[in-house]
Amino acid sequence: MQAATPIPTDVSYLEYKGKYKGIFSWIFSTDHKRIALLYLYSMMVMFLVGVLLGLAMKLELIAPGKTIMEAKDYNAVFTVHGVIMIFMIVVPGLPAVFGNFLLPIMIGAKDVAFPKLNLLSWYIYVLGALLVIASVLFGNGTPDTGWTFYAPYSFKTGTNLLPAIFGAFVLGFSSILTGLNFIVTIHRMRAPGMTWTKMPLFPWTLYGTGWIQLLATPVVGITLVLVSLERIFGIGVFDPALGGDPILYQHLFWIYSHPAVYIMILPAMGAISEIIPTFAQKHVFGYRAIVASTLAIAFVGYFVWGHHMFTAGMSGTAQYTFSLLTFLVAIPSAIKVFNWISTMHQGSIRLETPFYWAASFIFVFMIGGLSGLVLGSLATDVYVHDTAFVVAHFHFIVFGGVGFAFFGAIHYWFPKMFGRMYDKGLANTGWIVFFIGFLALYAPMFYLGMKGMPRRYYDYLPEFHAANILSTLGSWVMAFGLVIILINLFRSAKHGPKADKNPWNGKTLEWTVPSPPPVENFAETPVYGEKDGPYEYQ
Amino acid sequence: MEKEKHHIVAFPTYLWVLVGLIILTFLSVGITSIELGELTVAGALVIASVKTLLVLTYFMHLKFDKPYIRIMVGFVFAVFLVVIIITFFDYYYR
Ligand code: HEM
Ligand SMILES: [Cu+2]
Repeated sequence: MQAATPIPTDVSYLEYKGKYKGIFSWIFSTDHKRIALLYLYSMMVMFLVGVLLGLAMKLELIAPGKTIMEAKDYNAVFTVHGVIMIFMIVVPGLPAVFGNFLLPIMIGAKDVAFPKLNLLSWYIYVLGALLVIASVLFGNGTPDTGWTFYAPYSFKTGTNLLPAIFGAFVLGFSSILTGLNFIVTIHRMRAPGMTWTKMPLFPWTLYGTGWIQLLATPVVGITLVLVSLERIFGIGVFDPALGGDPILYQHLFWIYSHPAVYIMILPAMGAISEIIPTFAQKHVFGYRAIVASTLAIAFVGYFVWGHHMFTAGMSGTAQYTFSLLTFLVAIPSAIKVFNWISTMHQGSIRLETPFYWAASFIFVFMIGGLSGLVLGSLATDVYVHDTAFVVAHFHFIVFGGVGFAFFGAIHYWFPKMFGRMYDKGLANTGWIVFFIGFLALYAPMFYLGMKGMPRRYYDYLPEFHAANILSTLGSWVMAFGLVIILINLFRSAKHGPKADKNPWNGKTLEWTVPSPPPVENFAETPVYGEKDGPYEYQ
Repeated sequence: MEKEKHHIVAFPTYLWVLVGLIILTFLSVGITSIELGELTVAGALVIASVKTLLVLTYFMHLKFDKPYIRIMVGFVFAVFLVVIIITFFDYYYR
């Protein structure tokens, strides 16, 4: 397994010249850090497409009636927006970018356990993305089912659905491979002396996430295959006309897709659990409680999927079982919130950009989580199911949770990844503009939903007009914040002032290696002693 | 990592497992020709589970690996089982 020429320990991964040149030195690289950046850039491209589609929907909704598009175009836009944002952005999300970049460094390893498999998972990701794009560009009509592909419409619609379904299927494989890779890496490659209870919290959440990716994703794979077979051959599993059961589709879909929301949020919680101790300069409060709640979320998260189906015609027994289980899963999330807040208590807080993102994460996450309880109670869900309220809930928690954590993470680890520092003033400006825009965009949807505005319509009654105007204006403010953030980061990656090894006084292993890290991360494998731990502040 | 020993399984063991699997395959086809009503499915599932177990223990080396791997696999099956049971809270009471 030795390379012919030894790999230098003083050349950063960005400068290292391997066998290939130019772009090939990236797309053929099995270095976990380069793969992380490949993911970062490809996800960024898809994210911008998704954002533009989102802005288009909001523009359509600025006034009742047709504004810029027809009803059927609106259906296509929310479908493609959802498929991109869920399957290509928040599911690979933090693991694909920060997990790949940091997991090996944080546990003191040279790379992940299967570097080639890691590269393969990126290829598969690109293939899946291309398939989804193909469904938009070719065939007769862009898919219009929503990202959930509900039966029976998903095999009745005349639009070009097959490539999109197949794309989601392929993207699932990428997710499975990443999960498998991380589980094995964490089991087998921790630095000597790094016992399970000395492992930093971000790797812990990646571990929990890995298990969900591995176990839940195959279910959606097989479900999407069944829908395809239903479309092509009419096999009659979901089609009521052939004796099938459309609710079975919803069961199978959500058996994956609810755990999938924990694939999204767990690593986000992990990143927040790194950022907060660093900027409070204090040992994280309740390390073991955070680890236990991570595993509890991963575990209980498998059994609550039915809360998406309360109004679908399930049995009463199933309804209250799922409602009860849903309430249980909120407990470990709340435990984490208490831990983060207690970590800040009596710390010496440094108000830097990552901390602002982390603090606002807690805020939006709590609004998202508590509104989840409104949806998890049977009596209230009946009123707000399939209204703008649900849209507000999951944007607060997916965009507010995963998105804010992602931005927090990039501002936290940016100096490590690129060896340069960004302009902090601009970064803070970007954050506050984005945050204000975000609240203006999504908070009105809670109100609209409670007033009865359904989701997934391009039109609405006149009484919903005012709140919709506010929401659309918010979308512009948020987009403006995003532009500031991205320009700042892009410019700084090239021209920012050189960053130190450890600009934030972090205590985890990634801050002990140079910025940007050398190809094999460590000149010498680090060893954890009896007293060492991830967050040892005085 | 270097210190770990790889257990080498005797060839006849593999052969016997293979023979077992083939017999079970014929059995699961055979069971459909007996009139058992609802039990046909249950029977086929039981046979399939036995086959899975054989593959896991011998071909996938669970028998010779460290116990924690067995615990993990057991855990996965437990999750799977609970998912099925909860699904039937819907179908059984509808
Ligand atoms: C306290 C925890 C949570 C509870 C109790 C909860 C509850 C619910 C319920 C009951 C629904 C279905 C509402 C309906 O359709 O009528 C729902 C929808 C949704 N939730 Fe949550 N949720 C929680 C956390 C999360 C998290 C952490 C995420 C993602 C990171 C998330 C993402 C979503 C998404 C994407 C949907 C909408 C799916 C769709 O219909 O398109 N939720 N939530
Ligand atoms: Cu859910």
